[in-house]
Amino acid sequence: MTVVVAIGTRKGLWLARSEDRVSWQVDGPHHAMQEVYAVAFDARAGLRLMAGVSSPHFGPGVSISDDLGATWEESSTPPIAFPVDDAALERVWQLQPAPASQPGVVWAGTQPSALFRSSDGGRSFEFVEGLWNHPHRPEWEAGFGGQAVHTIVPDPVDPDRMLVAMSTGGVYRTADGGKSWEARNKGIKAYFFPDPWPEFGQCVHKVAQHPASPSRFYAQNHHGVYRSDDGGDTWQSIAEGLPTDFGFAMVVHPHDPDTIFTFPIEADGRRFPPEGKCRVYRSQDAGATWQALGEGLPDDFWTAVMRDALCTDDADVPGVYFGSRSGEVYASPDEGETWHRVAAHLPDVMSVRAVVIPT
Amino acid sequence: MKVKVLIPGVLRAATDGAAHLDVEVPDPATLGAALDVLADTYPQLDRRLRDERAALRRYVNFYVNGEECRRLAGPATPLPSGAEIQILPSVAGG
Repeated sequence: MTVVVAIGTRKGLWLARSEDRVSWQVDGPHHAMQEVYAVAFDARAGLRLMAGVSSPHFGPGVSISDDLGATWEESSTPPIAFPVDDAALERVWQLQPAPASQPGVVWAGTQPSALFRSSDGGRSFEFVEGLWNHPHRPEWEAGFGGQAVHTIVPDPVDPDRMLVAMSTGGVYRTADGGKSWEARNKGIKAYFFPDPWPEFGQCVHKVAQHPASPSRFYAQNHHGVYRSDDGGDTWQSIAEGLPTDFGFAMVVHPHDPDTIFTFPIEADGRRFPPEGKCRVYRSQDAGATWQALGEGLPDDFWTAVMRDALCTDDADVPGVYFGSRSGEVYASPDEGETWHRVAAHLPDVMSVRAVVIPT
Repeated sequence: MKVKVLIPGVLRAATDGAAHLDVEVPDPATLGAALDVLADTYPQLDRRLRDERAALRRYVNFYVNGEECRRLAGPATPLPSGAEIQILPSVAGG
């Protein structure tokens, strides 16, 4: 079995390859000096690697490789462009292939907060007006990282249903293919407002779903870890048992809807792992209890893991992967039980995705 | 009128390697009009110089006969005949 891990950083993309998920060969940088906040493998037809790239000088775009990074293709015209006078694309935060039943459909979440849809596998995208025209939009605030749709969760069955999330805007849901959207944040606390229970404005950092449980979502917030069992209508805290409720990432096990992974960070005001110990936390009962996973991970780890820098592959025994602001990448070949370093001394890691190469 | 555009090395992949381009600009000739003409032939170059609203990218400088256009009239800067437009990435980043 060969696994490839795409590592998007603030200064380019690296690709790590392994046969055993213990020893790794790393090559890069691809797209040197470009920020790679979004990276995705699309295995629906062949294997396509997509990267949301952004040059601080020359602007953002989407780059595609159908040969695992040997060559890259970028359209001559901007693949994502705002068709409005008051906005221009600043950065692509998320590239999300739709379920296999919708070949060619890829969703993109952007800064400023908007959603785009591709029907040609990520070569070109159309603006989703319904979200942009939402009456809440003028009140969505820019978080520390910018005002962006950073999370897209398409329904595994119904192409008209989807959930998106943004910091500081919250969770929104559509049931009509993106024409209309409703805020879905009931039960998610926004401690930084005078009224901590607003309809919207929550600082959701990541939302994850397992395809076998389409009405269940897990969310890691800017303080707060939640689960919804009713499609996002209401949310309940699952933070008890974690050392802290702050963090960015949230990932569901590919084969078990009850198993989730997160990387706790001490607090908004102290963005380090608790006691500086690098630990992934796993729950195998949908958030009722949590275990620290640290065999092979360092102490004195004074850095953080960003929202898209934690992921799994989909092997029978899934691997788990994460990268840090300090440019280190770790892999676990056994669902988080043990860890091995993939790379070090890279630029700040912003996005990590892994794929098992089809044989 | 004809003007000359100097392309920095980092962008020459978008101009088939050309280091400078002669551009025929219709009247009234402005920097923006010259970039519009360039965009027709070199869309890959244009998207690196301007966003989808045709706004100049913040960290790309456009010198018109040696004067940065933002100290002139930006994209509306008039171009005298034979003007030289030098495109240079600004010093930024870390």
